[in-house]
Amino acid sequence: MITLLLILIPLFSSLLILSVPARFAKIFAFAASFISFAVTLAVFISFPVSADYQYLIDYNWIPSLGIHFKVGIDGISILMVLLTTFLTPLIILSARNEDNHTPVFYALILFMEMALTGVFVSLDGFLFYIFWELALIPIYFICLLWGGVNRVNITIKFFIYTLTGSLFMLVALIILYLHTPNHTFDINDLYHAGRSLDSRMQGILFLFFILAFGIKMPIFPLHTWQPDTYTTAPAQGSMLLSGIMLKMGIYGAIRWLLPMLPEAVHEYSVYVMWFAIAGVVYASVIAITRSDMKRLIAYSSIAHVGLIAAGIFAFNIQGLQGGIVQMLSHGVNVCGLFFVADIIQNRTKTREIPLLGGIRSKAPMLATAFLIIMLGAVALPLTDGFVGEFLLINGVFHFSPYMAALGGLTIILGAVYMFRAYQRTALGETSQATDHFTDLTLTEKAVLIPLVIMVLFIGIFPQVFLNISEPAVVKLLSGY
Amino acid sequence: MNTLIILSALGIITLFAEIFRFRKALFPLILLGLAGAFVATSFEYCDHPQSIFNMMIFDKYAVVFSCSLILICFLWFMMARNYFLQETSVTDHFALILFALAGAVVMVSYSNLVMLFLGIEILSVSVYVLAASDKASVLSNEAGFKYFLMGSFASGFLLFGITLIYGATGSFDLGTIEQFVASNPSSGLVTVGVLLMLTGLAFKSSLAPFHFWAPDVYDGAPTTVTAFMATVVKTAAFGAFFRLFSTSFAGVSGQWTTVLWWFAVLTMFAGNLSALRQFSVKRMLAYSSIAHAGYIAIAIVSVSTNGTSAQAILYYTLTYSIATITAFTVLYIVERNTGRNDFGAFEGMAKNNPFLALVTTVAMLSLAGIPPTAGFFGKYYIFLTALNSHNASLVVIAVVAALIGVYYYFRVIISMYFKPEKSDIPASIGSLHQIVLFITTLLTLLLGIFPDWVLRWI
Repeated sequence: MITLLLILIPLFSSLLILSVPARFAKIFAFAASFISFAVTLAVFISFPVSADYQYLIDYNWIPSLGIHFKVGIDGISILMVLLTTFLTPLIILSARNEDNHTPVFYALILFMEMALTGVFVSLDGFLFYIFWELALIPIYFICLLWGGVNRVNITIKFFIYTLTGSLFMLVALIILYLHTPNHTFDINDLYHAGRSLDSRMQGILFLFFILAFGIKMPIFPLHTWQPDTYTTAPAQGSMLLSGIMLKMGIYGAIRWLLPMLPEAVHEYSVYVMWFAIAGVVYASVIAITRSDMKRLIAYSSIAHVGLIAAGIFAFNIQGLQGGIVQMLSHGVNVCGLFFVADIIQNRTKTREIPLLGGIRSKAPMLATAFLIIMLGAVALPLTDGFVGEFLLINGVFHFSPYMAALGGLTIILGAVYMFRAYQRTALGETSQATDHFTDLTLTEKAVLIPLVIMVLFIGIFPQVFLNISEPAVVKLLSGY
Repeated sequence: MNTLIILSALGIITLFAEIFRFRKALFPLILLGLAGAFVATSFEYCDHPQSIFNMMIFDKYAVVFSCSLILICFLWFMMARNYFLQETSVTDHFALILFALAGAVVMVSYSNLVMLFLGIEILSVSVYVLAASDKASVLSNEAGFKYFLMGSFASGFLLFGITLIYGATGSFDLGTIEQFVASNPSSGLVTVGVLLMLTGLAFKSSLAPFHFWAPDVYDGAPTTVTAFMATVVKTAAFGAFFRLFSTSFAGVSGQWTTVLWWFAVLTMFAGNLSALRQFSVKRMLAYSSIAHAGYIAIAIVSVSTNGTSAQAILYYTLTYSIATITAFTVLYIVERNTGRNDFGAFEGMAKNNPFLALVTTVAMLSLAGIPPTAGFFGKYYIFLTALNSHNASLVVIAVVAALIGVYYYFRVIISMYFKPEKSDIPASIGSLHQIVLFITTLLTLLLGIFPDWVLRWI
């Protein structure tokens, strides 16, 4: 029942909010998403250390086609759902009152939360696909209606790009479905069907799946939609896209690709990893040269996700565990960074790093929060980024030391662009733009403080999360 | 059979409305009659239907398709009522529509090639007249004449095909032809006959390369008539197409599936690529209608014995028609209020009339095939059918075509949310239009979530 509740709370509140007066919309949305978070937290705290799916619901949705509404939570799902429900209230809170967001804006965010949660708990291929696509519609409208310059062209490119991958994934899912003995979309039947295929067929399906997941993440040559979309999206859109939505791609690969097509994974992982590692270096180098804060964060995101992708495709316990914990920390960090960028843009009307400076003297609290989140992003020990990247590089090292060496560059290069950005914005003399910079407002504090706490919490107590996901990861690796 | 009697009687009564002066009561009467026809049809749903003089048979396929046609026609009447009220000859037009619907019912329930031809002609002749029904407009006249000329050609091909088939098999009966074809698959007369009939039906269902009449006719005809052609006519054409080729010509499927495979591919690309570059929403919808014919053709190419092809065609035509009715209703409202039908005319709709913008968004998402709308499940089921018959390459091509389609459907959505300085989109629309838009949107969402409501009947 609880799994259903986690989907229904945001769904119904997204419909209800349309009848709420505009001035209460934000409070209502925040309250609804906070309830979701509270429920998730309760599930998380009481979550048993077990590899099985908990809170299973299996409803025969379309009987004649073997399509079930089957949802359940295991150690990997719960962390993803926790990330979603933790970030959504903060994202809602971060919306600025002066932007006059209509109730539709919050309805779309809540709808998105529903779809994302659905993706993370689906145990039926068809259902997974439906949620996967459902997540695309609200974010498209958020970016289209509230986005920045040139949003029409950028958002349609984003939509068609991601839909391309999705449709190929749909074809792959149908092929797997047709190979199941009694024609079902049940995840376990699909696993069996996938494993029984010959290696050539597995390779084709691998390609179809990697298109969908690789575009969503995005992995290096498929990333061209991402910087533009992140930059042009409103702050909340960027946070949703980078904080949660890209995790759909990684989670999808972990749940639906790696255990499904073992032969193809064994054979082709190395190529995916090389592309991902190439993306790490490529995006980091570009990030160093960017002067637009949002664009810089966008490229840094490609670099971080590249390492996660490499880690999970190494398909060993360190890589997977690292990938999972890094998904959490990347979500927290990137949301924090995008919000800081939004605050700076709101105060100074610019995101150009060279025009800024001296924020620390005007706004010490913002500068401190920025510093901590940034340290998390560059993976300093005792911050969240360190645990994930350490495990990831460890995992990749077991696969290939050369890759690990190259991937490790992300820490060094990341330090270069992040410290540079911090130095030029927060330190030094104040510029014309930052002369009248004011410190955090109460709402902004309410968003940043939980993020900062999470940066430190994951960094200091990673075991809380690693213990929960470990049984599920072990089961995934052993192939059930 | 009752369906046909009710519909014909309704058509004749409608003609009398002018003489006996009950024009005011006509509209409710027609809706009531259609509802009655729907109920009467659904009562005929049974496992062992009786053949009617070996001419027609109301098997499950026929009953379900007839119900689908009547439902679409019902929605169409609610949409088009105002248009015809302005004209003096309202009764003629309503009667023509009802006769066309009767023809459509014959087209999905024939068991004899003579009835197929009769059904097509009853439908076509009515629609030729309707296409030209805006007498003052040159474009409408052109549309009617063009449709008539092209349609006559197609009928010629069809008749020639029927003749050759008769020459080879000595019968018009579908069952006899099926047996003959199965035992003599290499008969030259049959091959030529099948190909000629394929050409004729491809004309009627606007499959490329026989689609060139469609954009001009759809564009020139009055918007409501275009909506009728894009929904009822298309559904009936595919119902007839599949009925013939899945039974009688299944034995020689190797001979025509390759041809139809290419038709499908050409249609998807001709439709989608041409729709990309249109300025007028009406013309865009015309090309999109051609593109959708391509997807449906995939299900015919993948004809299988277990009935999924029939389900796929039924579901796809029904949901496509429902979404198309929404789109045309909105287009009709926009045309009446702004006098234009280009993308720019849709600007400001989200601000002036959020309800209209919402239903249009759902319709466009459905036509583009995005979940959770019915259009998605339709495409999914077509893909499933094709992959089941090992037509993987066709599915990949269809995926690419569908992606192109997303672009122009989203152009409509983007226009609606664009804020111009001034927009003529009305803040409130007629209650009948509100009801029809509400029903179609609800159906689009519900059928997308519960496709079994349709699929289980075939």
